Amino acid sequence: MSAPPPLGLIAELTHRCPLQCPYCSNPLALDPAGRELTTDTWRRVLDEAAAIGVLQMHFTGGEPMARRDHVDLVRHAASHQMYTNLITSGITLDDRAMAALMDAGIDHIQLSFQDIDPAENDLVGAYSGAFARKAAAAARIREAGLPLTLNFVIQRRNAGRVPQMLAFAEAEGAARVEIAHVQYYGWGLRNRAALLPTRAQLEETTRVVEQARARLRGRMVIDYVVPDYHAARPKSCMGGWAQRFINISPAGKALPCHAAETLPGFDFPSVTTHSLAEIWESEAFRRYRGTDWMPEPCQSCDRRELDWGGCRCQAFAIAGEAGVTDPACELSPHHHLMAEAAEESLVEAPSFVYRRMGGALVGV
Amino acid sequence: MIPRLAPGMKLRFDQVRNAWVVLGPERMFVPDEHALEVLRLIDGSRSVTDIATELATRFNAPAEAIEADIHPMLTDLAARGAVRL
Repeated sequence: MSAPPPLGLIAELTHRCPLQCPYCSNPLALDPAGRELTTDTWRRVLDEAAAIGVLQMHFTGGEPMARRDHVDLVRHAASHQMYTNLITSGITLDDRAMAALMDAGIDHIQLSFQDIDPAENDLVGAYSGAFARKAAAAARIREAGLPLTLNFVIQRRNAGRVPQMLAFAEAEGAARVEIAHVQYYGWGLRNRAALLPTRAQLEETTRVVEQARARLRGRMVIDYVVPDYHAARPKSCMGGWAQRFINISPAGKALPCHAAETLPGFDFPSVTTHSLAEIWESEAFRRYRGTDWMPEPCQSCDRRELDWGGCRCQAFAIAGEAGVTDPACELSPHHHLMAEAAEESLVEAPSFVYRRMGGALVGV
Repeated sequence: MIPRLAPGMKLRFDQVRNAWVVLGPERMFVPDEHALEVLRLIDGSRSVTDIATELATRFNAPAEAIEADIHPMLTDLAARGAVRL
């Protein structure tokens, strides 16, 4: 039986980025510019995506605007009636870039912030003046008439400032704000000891978000993403392995999620040699799709079609095996490993290892 | 009260799924047939009462009863970020 068509395609246009956030979800081994797909290949991928039923295109990176052809690709996706979403740092979103995106038919822009405190924001991204550029970008997006989504990435240093972040989003007229705790993959996992919040911090951010949700209901949507390390049950990662999304890396690897390249024993297909239809039915995509692959305690769990066994990449990163229950689940025999790692939040934070092409640099 | 699709929300027919879908920032859903009838009449000028009247004619049902049904539906769609009331 073939799977229902994918809902979304995540196009990581490039790993290049003006920022160097130490929790970047990109892999530690970044794709260099020379390995990026050509514009023509991306256009073909967009044609194939529309044909197999992809409804939403997420252009991301790295910084997707670092690719000169990002406007052309948005236009191409819009011509297929796909919903176009740009996930950006906003650093280069000046008046000209904004006008070009509007002309191309962009539907939505998600603007990331590292903090509400400008100095801390700029320190996390290792880019002086970043906050001011982001604030200007937020105003441009709103003035262009697009719904504004702000994304705040939460970690130990800024968890106490969630109320100010929400107030800023409200004042900026955001339709939606994401209060998203760092997810511990890629650079985030590398810097976990410096980033992981304490349980008390997590509980406080949850309380603040729930209060704001009740107050702002119907006016501003708040999406809240928690870290797995203090959880009792895992997240429904990507809505289940290869059930909703295809992620394409800058060099063209097709993955069920952006972190899947970390998993050994896979031969992920490339869009340079396979069609998206073939990719969606490939062995790599079928391997953990649905529930047949599940071991216990997932197989007999009444939540198996709610959380789909959690995250394969986390199972591998923590338990050493991709095909076991996500250790975030308290029913996992490996759950104690998460609890032990969570104790890192109680020790003094080490310096950030900043995300850099061709090697990491230690700072702050 | 004049409902509108919220900024960034789109209603379109998808030929692959043979279904109407609501698309928005990081969200999408397939509206049920009742919600779809209402969503297709939201144009930024019709009021809730106009929509109820239109549906009453189409389905030969009392407008007051339809309007009473539409209100909680719109409240739910607003909470999901799909419409603005």
